[in-house]
Amino acid sequence: MIVVIDYNLGNIKSVFRGFEKIKAPVKISSSSDDINKADGIVLPGVGAFKKAMENLDSLGLTGTIKKNIVSGKPYLGICLGLQILFSSSCEHGETAGLDIIKGKVKKFGAGLKIPHMGWNSVQYEEKTPVFKEVGNGSYFYFDHSYYVEPSEETVCATTIYGNEFT
Amino acid sequence: MLTKRIIPCLDIKDGRVVKGIEFKNLRDAGDPVEAGKRYSEEGADELVFLDINASAENRKSTVDLVSRVAESVFIPFTVGGGISEMEDIRKILRAGADKVSINTAAFENPELIKQSSEEFGVQCIVCAIDARKKEEGSWEVYLRGGRQATGTDAVEWARKASGLGAGEILLTSMDADGTEDGYDIELTKAVAEAVNIPVIASGGAGNLKHLADVIKCGKADAVLAASIFHFRQHSIREAKLYLQKEGIPVRL
Repeated sequence: MIVVIDYNLGNIKSVFRGFEKIKAPVKISSSSDDINKADGIVLPGVGAFKKAMENLDSLGLTGTIKKNIVSGKPYLGICLGLQILFSSSCEHGETAGLDIIKGKVKKFGAGLKIPHMGWNSVQYEEKTPVFKEVGNGSYFYFDHSYYVEPSEETVCATTIYGNEFT
Repeated sequence: MLTKRIIPCLDIKDGRVVKGIEFKNLRDAGDPVEAGKRYSEEGADELVFLDINASAENRKSTVDLVSRVAESVFIPFTVGGGISEMEDIRKILRAGADKVSINTAAFENPELIKQSSEEFGVQCIVCAIDARKKEEGSWEVYLRGGRQATGTDAVEWARKASGLGAGEILLTSMDADGTEDGYDIELTKAVAEAVNIPVIASGGAGNLKHLADVIKCGKADAVLAASIFHFRQHSIREAKLYLQKEGIPVRL
């Protein structure tokens, strides 16, 4: 069972329906118990970093998510769900993240329209399991003002908007 | 490379897609879910659903419709019309919309842009502006579906909305809307140059050249169109192939 975490933000329904479409057992939940029992967890995006961390804290899920990731449970973080894995973000003031991946969430630089919004192509050098059935250069929809900058080599694919980012 | 977006717009009234000016061949454009699905399959980059009566009559956009659309449409979609408070936004996003478009309420209560972007993120708050030409190089903001003049300059309002946290401007020229004579390029350019967020040009698309013109000369990041697609004058794919031929990056 895949658990899509409901943290009162996020576009949970579209992720949920994506799993339904491929007939994967899926459940929307904000219970630690469900997360602990899940085979995999998904944290969808749409939301601001600070608010997301506040909501996860008040639902008592911060520790649960961290513990499950550290124990090796598959985790798919989409958009903001990826960003919160990092040490910190500068969105609406410096806010600490889960610190699973060392690095920062930064705002796109001057001279670019922000948010980076629309379909952009994604390149990878080496095929990781996530890209198993995705062609190199495929289009993905982006809609974000912040990007992640890992301080260690953890990147599997990049796209270009101003600079190359992950 | 980031591509330019083609966005079919579905004006909704009482749960049905309503026509532009010439009501032809609308058989299956009547149901918003069916129309949305068809556009999504044809390669539209995004969809916009506007409940055109909601603002005037203070009705809320139908969360129900959003849910039904989200079940069968797998491209990002924006919902607007009658959104006036945080709770409206939360309900619509939870029902499966990716973005919300706020018009009258954002102008009357600019704090709503700030609050909503702080909670849901800048990227899902679209500020819709309806503007009418006042004199050369100047356009005025109208509210309530174009029925109420504000005396405020459209470029100024766009700049303010962007500063408050809007992630995108959906800019409709009331002069061009429904004419099929082309977008208001001057207006689009004035706003696109004044703000640092994407601008969607709307109102006036009658042929494919109009789409290319407002992207090239009006500096639009995306183009919204209704009648040229609803009436099957052109398919989304045709439009994209045309733009590509004009040297504009598109997702094919």
